[in-house]
Amino acid sequence: MADDIKPRIRVPQNPKKGEVIEIKTLITHPMESGQRKDAQGNTIPRRIVNAISVTYNGKPVFSGKLEPAISANPYLSFFVKVEENGTLAFEWKDDDGSVYKAEQKITLAG
Amino acid sequence: MMRRDLTLNRRRIVVGALGATAAAALATVFAGPASATPESAKQLLQTLAKGDPKEGRVSVKAPEIAENGNAVPVTVSVESPMTEKDHVKAVHIVADGNPNPGVASFFFTPASGKAEVQLRVRMAQTQKLIAVAEMSDGTLWSAAREVKVTIGGCGG
Repeated sequence: MADDIKPRIRVPQNPKKGEVIEIKTLITHPMESGQRKDAQGNTIPRRIVNAISVTYNGKPVFSGKLEPAISANPYLSFFVKVEENGTLAFEWKDDDGSVYKAEQKITLAG
Repeated sequence: MMRRDLTLNRRRIVVGALGATAAAALATVFAGPASATPESAKQLLQTLAKGDPKEGRVSVKAPEIAENGNAVPVTVSVESPMTEKDHVKAVHIVADGNPNPGVASFFFTPASGKAEVQLRVRMAQTQKLIAVAEMSDGTLWSAAREVKVTIGGCGG
């Protein structure tokens, strides 16, 4: 299995203090639903990213539980209110136990 | 003359074989695992957020017709000031025509600033998406939206 799992994150540059900004995330992942069959008719085992959690300076801002009904390469966008400079930390959990992490620094304008 | 007949035949055979594969693929889709029903979707919602949701405050945006059920863009947003006292705690999304009704649950905090999430959903067939929002005061709100799917996204 091609294991090229890479998180991608996009945040606006230099938001103002107190601004509610949109965070876009995508992680390359097959999100194998467990419903498909291979050429021999065997069910391909389920393997999905089942959870995401996001913190800003250690405080939880957003999290989610995902089911196989989420498309391959799961894309999610959501909002965060930024009051101070800091770091957004992202964590995705895979069915196979792997954890993928990413970080993004945010510097306020001015 | 002979040769021409042969090629024609061969083409017919190829087309016939393709047709058979397509039919087999369709058969596996329909003979596949029992799909979710509006009832099982409702039951799942009760386990996620117990109670009787009122209609309103939640909006589910999705295309009316999705040509490709593999990735249907969906936006769910909830009206809320998102303050410490009054915010959206969670949004649960289910679909009533997929092999399993669950789609996702999202959890917010006042630091989210806005209770809105965009995602892409697999949809096996034309069906209804239902979102239920759980507020910090314990009330539940919901909205539903039907999406017509031309090509299903749970390939057999």
